[in-house]
Amino acid sequence: MSCIETIADYGLRSLGMGERLLPRDGFTLCQQFTLIGSGMIWNIYFGVLALTSGFFLATALAVGKASSFGPARKAAEWFIFIFRGSPLFIQFFFAYFLFLSLKAVSPVFDPLTAAWAGALIVLFFNTAAYSGEIFYGALLSIPKGDLEAADAYGFSGWKKFSKITWPTMLRLAWPAYTNEAIFLFHATTLVFFSGFPARQQKGDALYYANYFADKTFNPFVPYPILAGYFILLTLVVIGLFGLINKRLNRHLPQDARSKMKLKLNIIR
Amino acid sequence: MACLKSKRLRLCAFFKQARAGALTAPVTLGPLGQTRKFQMFSYCTDPDSLANLSWLACYLTTGKHMSLYWSVGTVLLLLAITAPSALAFGFAGASAARSRFLPVSVLGRAYIALVRGVPDIAFFLFFVIALDQFFEWMRHSVKCPDWQEPIRQGNDFVVCAEAKLPLGNAAQWVHETYGFFLAVLTFAIVFGAFAANVLYGAMRAVPRAQMETAEAYGMSPRQCFWRILVPQMWVFALPGLSNLWMVLIKATPLLFLLGVEDIVYWARELGGAKTARFTDYPHGDWRMWYFLALLVFYLLFTRVSEVVLDRLMKRLTHGQATMGGEAQRKTA
Repeated sequence: MSCIETIADYGLRSLGMGERLLPRDGFTLCQQFTLIGSGMIWNIYFGVLALTSGFFLATALAVGKASSFGPARKAAEWFIFIFRGSPLFIQFFFAYFLFLSLKAVSPVFDPLTAAWAGALIVLFFNTAAYSGEIFYGALLSIPKGDLEAADAYGFSGWKKFSKITWPTMLRLAWPAYTNEAIFLFHATTLVFFSGFPARQQKGDALYYANYFADKTFNPFVPYPILAGYFILLTLVVIGLFGLINKRLNRHLPQDARSKMKLKLNIIR
Repeated sequence: MACLKSKRLRLCAFFKQARAGALTAPVTLGPLGQTRKFQMFSYCTDPDSLANLSWLACYLTTGKHMSLYWSVGTVLLLLAITAPSALAFGFAGASAARSRFLPVSVLGRAYIALVRGVPDIAFFLFFVIALDQFFEWMRHSVKCPDWQEPIRQGNDFVVCAEAKLPLGNAAQWVHETYGFFLAVLTFAIVFGAFAANVLYGAMRAVPRAQMETAEAYGMSPRQCFWRILVPQMWVFALPGLSNLWMVLIKATPLLFLLGVEDIVYWARELGGAKTARFTDYPHGDWRMWYFLALLVFYLLFTRVSEVVLDRLMKRLTHGQATMGGEAQRKTA
């Protein structure tokens, strides 16, 4: 079977399209590349959706944690503490079994036990908590002078927030937020190892890499392929976030622009 | 058979589960080796007659639950061994990256850069098999030098019987210890890279003037490193290291993926619905509550660590020529 055929058969396998049976023996490099790449669709799906939705909740959490209104502050603090203080792996397990028992209550909750919705919700909350903390830190380090200048120009309320506070917060938080994004994409690999079933073997990249490693008992091929894909993904994320960083910093004099300094990324 | 020796980790976990829940009478469980009939309180002999609270007390002290509590010990043991060994790996990595000898420096940098950009779970899954095969291959080349067949035969990894790790006839605990050892080594390698990154930054953060003074006093590079740089770098490394400690705590559930019978394994095992046929304590699907308990356990653990590390940071900044140290001096 030529490689083109393999791609046609397995390119969208992770979505359930194409050949139903996974390869069983005589694994070729092409099969491994195709299937693991096909699994990346899920990693990108989880990452992109959780990031975009989490961004808004994170802003709300940061504002809430910095607010002087007691209940809002407490709520934001607890939310952030719970999601940052416990392992994502356990959160996935807990959420899955929680959704299972909700399913017994009403069929409305049916989709939640599937990874595409259930795991997405957990990732959404999780990334919102982590980025909320980053945004909160940035919010506190907005230069006092900037806010005083805004006051002097007659900005107040929503206008001050949307024109001055929020963009400055984003600008300060952006390098750390980029890390968080990279992180999140890595965290998506946990989904199918933590309770959420990969129905009909529709899994993510790590699921297929693990499949091949199990079948061939040779970890030296599938995992480096997976690593290659993820390094590519990381580079794309860094590139895109770098563009946004450039835009956020465009008003600053050339040498004062904050260079994207990326620190190590670590699991949660 | 230890799970790691089985070629299909996930399948193997499944078999183990099936075996642990099997009908076959007294199953030995965990390192404590109690049987299913283990009882902590004397009134536990007839669970059906018990009222709510005492039923719960009996339920929570069955042999299997003891294995769960024991596995909390496994997690703590893992942390206690991994943290210092990761630090040692990190120290070696950071010193290598600073080396003036190019190949060593490249090696150190590559080690640090390796963990960036790739999900850590991939490393965990990779290293456990790779290390196992590496050890067996080493022993194989030493013990069976006249072995003719190739080691990789199609989808199989074959070494001679004497090179098997642990040996085929070894006791169960040897298999378990070996699995745990592989897990610790994997954790140490992955977290060592993170620690190396932190320590590398900390070494560069030590004020240049300190090193110059040391050089002016005629210290050799080695003396400068050990007497000036190393003692001073910790305060710069601590925020990063405490962050790493938190991450390490939160990474411990991944032991489950490495085939060790850890708390996640037991929570799934114990929480699943049980009918009266299999156990004296039948109940529905309680896995949610077990994982909630784990969640709370980890929250408490990270919270306590946070408080302790804050105190440690306060102590370490005392008298340092940093902003924190200056602030402490002013308030005192």
